[in-house]
Amino acid sequence: MIARGMPFDAAASAADATGAQRWRAGLAREWHRASWPVRVSAGCLLIFYLFAAASPFFAPYDPIIQYRGLPDCPPMSLRLSPPAQWGSGFFYTYPVKMFDPVARRYENLNAHRNYIHLFHYGHLFTTAAGDAPYFMLGSDGLGRDLFSRIVYGARVSMSVGLIGVIISFSLGIMVGAFSGYIGGSIDNLIMRWSEIEMSLPSFYFLLALAAVIPAGLSAVETFIMIVAIMSFISWAGFARVIRGMAASVRSRPYVEAAAALGGSRRRILVRHIIPSVMGYAIVAATLSIPGFILGESALSLLGLGIQEPASSWGNLLAQAQDVQVLAHYPWILIPGVFIFLAVMSFNFLGDHLRDRLDPGNVG
Amino acid sequence: MARFIIKRLINMIPLIIGITFLSFLVMSLVPGNFLSNLQMNPSISPEVIKQMEAQFGLDQPLLVRYGRWLWAVLHLNLGISLSYRVSVVSLIGSRALNTIILALSSMIFAWAIAIPIGIVVAVRQNSIWDRALSFLAFFGMSVPNFFFAFLLMYLALRTGWFPVGGTFSVDYANLDPLSKIADRINHLILPVIVLGTAGMASLMRLMRSQILEIKNSDFVRTARAKGLSERVVIYKHVLRNALNPFVTMAGYALADLLGGAALVEAVMNLQGLGLLLLDAVRSLDVYLVMGSVLTGAVLLLAGNLLADIALVAVDPRVDFSSLES
Repeated sequence: MIARGMPFDAAASAADATGAQRWRAGLAREWHRASWPVRVSAGCLLIFYLFAAASPFFAPYDPIIQYRGLPDCPPMSLRLSPPAQWGSGFFYTYPVKMFDPVARRYENLNAHRNYIHLFHYGHLFTTAAGDAPYFMLGSDGLGRDLFSRIVYGARVSMSVGLIGVIISFSLGIMVGAFSGYIGGSIDNLIMRWSEIEMSLPSFYFLLALAAVIPAGLSAVETFIMIVAIMSFISWAGFARVIRGMAASVRSRPYVEAAAALGGSRRRILVRHIIPSVMGYAIVAATLSIPGFILGESALSLLGLGIQEPASSWGNLLAQAQDVQVLAHYPWILIPGVFIFLAVMSFNFLGDHLRDRLDPGNVG
Repeated sequence: MARFIIKRLINMIPLIIGITFLSFLVMSLVPGNFLSNLQMNPSISPEVIKQMEAQFGLDQPLLVRYGRWLWAVLHLNLGISLSYRVSVVSLIGSRALNTIILALSSMIFAWAIAIPIGIVVAVRQNSIWDRALSFLAFFGMSVPNFFFAFLLMYLALRTGWFPVGGTFSVDYANLDPLSKIADRINHLILPVIVLGTAGMASLMRLMRSQILEIKNSDFVRTARAKGLSERVVIYKHVLRNALNPFVTMAGYALADLLGGAALVEAVMNLQGLGLLLLDAVRSLDVYLVMGSVLTGAVLLLAGNLLADIALVAVDPRVDFSSLES
């Protein structure tokens, strides 16, 4: 059973006094083992989840405030203040002024300096209330700060994967383990159903399902609907694999021994079958998170997911569908870089976990 | 072989009924229907709406509507598109062809590049090339299709080398046949690059692991022991065996591509099945949605069946009886 070698084992002993220390030592050991892409990935994900957890702190501005005078403003460059000015701020930018309202072109006003205040006003960095805003990654067509919108968008984009995976995998593990262990006609019925779900042209079906989401829902409700839809589509494939593994574990001596000792079906399922497929489940879960992130992004990009003014990394990209916007204001593609980094990080992490947990030994 | 195919075709029937019923159920859950917009319009009287409702059978209960639709499908009639007012078959026919062309050319592009690279990389395991390309593959695997499409469109906008999206140019109708083909190909290049590179990374990784596995097997050692040159060993013995899983994969890859193509079509504005479905979903055009989902499902199932048949043709160790179980 691979559960034995798992780093997650430490959770079981968290009750005793040295639990926290062992956790820390275990984490340090894992960090030491990991290659640099894995470390970078873990770092990226940590940052993104911090964005999601503390958006108001990391975002310099309110994501829905529109700076009417500054639509489609390009990213501003940050300048280091001379040491004598460090009392006012270590960094400053020049405020900008639109000189061509049709093409939306800007020039720097070099006479004035906008100092960036760190750890002020409850933000990591921001400008003073009276000053012009500092658009680190530029602004969108309505003059909203793109970076702030990205930070708030992390709430949707980063949690959709986690929540979706938790739903679809708990469903998949329960149904798969149950079906594989029980066998017989119930097994048969469940597997036929999952075959239907797997033969669905998934993206087409996703689009069709997204139409069910009523227009008037709040951002949170829409989010829940999207997660539910994607979980509904993806649990079946997973249940089938778990079922196959459970069916093969069923005839193992230790499971037969547990049955011979009078263990109830439920006990055998919970104590033996499910733990034995857990290693595979964790790897497969990590590797399926990108699918959820991409699914949500695609739906929101096409206007079927999270709606304005709420932001997700997908719907931020929706403006790029306008060729004119894409040609003149290319910084609106930046949210795509965040999607890419998140997806890549989960891929690297999943690959690393596969090496560490070696699910090839199961089943 | 005929028995196998017939059996598989019979197995598809409940699958297709299940898929279409599920889709029908979903579409019926949508609040309102395509007439809702017309109802808002004060110049259309409620009587006309009622009449149209009866005409399209929208006032019938769900099961009756589904039964009627299924009966019509058996007569190769997918119904009438509620918003375009033409038969769904004619709409889907032309669009599906575009999607299939896109998917097939992307597949050829991906395979023509990924497989040779996979071979080279596996033969020189752990060389600098192997590491660099494997890393690059991981990198490429993670670039979202739609994001890559945007980047290429931006490149096209900046350089003017390629048309930015669309299936053909504005003056397409006036071109002579040869220029028409050239125009279509020119518009296909970017989407094919997007879709092709998406599949390339995983193909390359699979090829690499296949070859590495076979390289260490007994029959390869025997071949080497006979004194065969490395070339012959790799190309005649290793490669031929390593290609087997790819035959099966081809069917599934095509199915995957059809799904992936939908998003790229929507982003790059290509007149394919995916864009058609998206429009249909947006305008609640039930029969068009059903037709597209059905076409997608049939293409997917057909791809899998063809893959299985091809596998038997290629691999003498596999026969139809072993596939049935």
